[in-house]
Amino acid sequence: MEDRVILHSDINCCYASIEHLHHPELAGKPLAVGGDPEARHGIVLTADYTAKKHGVKTGMALWQAKQVCPDITFVSPRMDLYLRFSRMAHEIYAEYTDRQEPYGIDECWLDVTGSSSLKGDGLLIAEEISARMKKELGITVSIGVSFNKIFAKLGSDYKKPDAITTMYKSEFKHKAWSLPLADLLYVGKSTNRKLALFGIKTIGDLARADEELLNSHLGKMGSILWSFANGYDDSPVRLENTHAPIKSVGNSTTTPKDLVCDEDVKIVLYILAESVAARLRENGFRCRVVEISVRDNELFSFTRQKKIDHATNITGEIAAYAYQIFKGNYNWSKPIRSVGVRGADLVTDNYWEQIDLFSSVEKREKQMKMDSAVDEIRRRFGFYSIQRGLMYRDRAL
Amino acid sequence: MSESNSNLVRKVIILSNKVYVDVLAEFSKDGLLIPKEITWEDGRKYEITRVKDKRRAASTKAGGVGERYTCVVDGKEIFLFYEDNNMWFMERAGA
Repeated sequence: MEDRVILHSDINCCYASIEHLHHPELAGKPLAVGGDPEARHGIVLTADYTAKKHGVKTGMALWQAKQVCPDITFVSPRMDLYLRFSRMAHEIYAEYTDRQEPYGIDECWLDVTGSSSLKGDGLLIAEEISARMKKELGITVSIGVSFNKIFAKLGSDYKKPDAITTMYKSEFKHKAWSLPLADLLYVGKSTNRKLALFGIKTIGDLARADEELLNSHLGKMGSILWSFANGYDDSPVRLENTHAPIKSVGNSTTTPKDLVCDEDVKIVLYILAESVAARLRENGFRCRVVEISVRDNELFSFTRQKKIDHATNITGEIAAYAYQIFKGNYNWSKPIRSVGVRGADLVTDNYWEQIDLFSSVEKREKQMKMDSAVDEIRRRFGFYSIQRGLMYRDRAL
Repeated sequence: MSESNSNLVRKVIILSNKVYVDVLAEFSKDGLLIPKEITWEDGRKYEITRVKDKRRAASTKAGGVGERYTCVVDGKEIFLFYEDNNMWFMERAGA
């Protein structure tokens, strides 16, 4: 079979580039897109190349960024604008293939195998897309051209900004194999550390390693990564509009002040559970797994989840489970900066299940009715028209 | 005046390379949107005698993206952008 032609296109410093385009007066000056410093939600989401050169990194607090780069200008994020650009980029991609699979807002895989007879080979298509992005959207992209998704992604990361890199079958051994292992998709910190113990430091080392050995230490991920490194990835680029159905509904927040006690966390968990449960109800879902995420003030974060007995979209139940999970998993070694609640393993509203003797069905039905009454009141009179008593313990949260 | 204030003022002055204008336009029966007349920020009106081209384009001078109409006004070609916030803008000459 002939090789596939896969492109991976990555908008360079997506948010920052779009803001630069809309602020021509800042041309050549360092810029970062970040939250509102006043409300303390102040971290750098994206920095442009000038700011990066000064050492500004994604995730830095705004005041830290200002320290390393005093001339920097911060602009607040405008998500709707970025989504608009993402959509316009997809419109351009759609002229070359119906097989495009977005990876986040700024990256996308394109399978242009079928278009090469009409539009030219992969490199030519990549050049055309790159030129059009510049002209029509005023932003630059890095594109990787390869025969599979993994190496296409590697190619788009190979050289930035505004570059095209090919990773053909005849090239990947000298181009990709010398790259550090961490550049490979799905190799995170912990895998990187584990493999370093075996002297596996580059993608080439991984490709030449013994598959069995990898499996015994990484589980099935071992085989997967090994085949990625050897170019055996044959996962397809999904068809346009085959969006995965909703898998979970979640909400998280960085609080205006650090949380220091159970009571604080309880309040925030209830606020989040309210919004998660309301969205479940709105979309006709119930969840069978409740998950919480916690991030402390040193940005260490973890998630814990729990399977629950009855599929639910009752605010009180989701909040109670979330709080229970939290109590079982946190020892207050550090104050907490942000928490999240998520309902997963969704089933539809008309899902039937065995009820048991010991839980009160009647009580649950009442709670459901109460929740829908609250939803209705909020729909008519606004979100703040009705609140839980708990919310009045600490208005700042 | 504090430093941040003076920055702000400077910004506002430079920002105005993007000039939003009032436009009289026509919807043709086959669904095309055709600009007919521009009112510049000083109130002067200019008739568009012809639209030569329409395509999506970025304006790096004014800062923005939209449908770019290449219009003929007084025998000269000018660019008129239709942003997807439904506003029309032009680039200030010499910007």
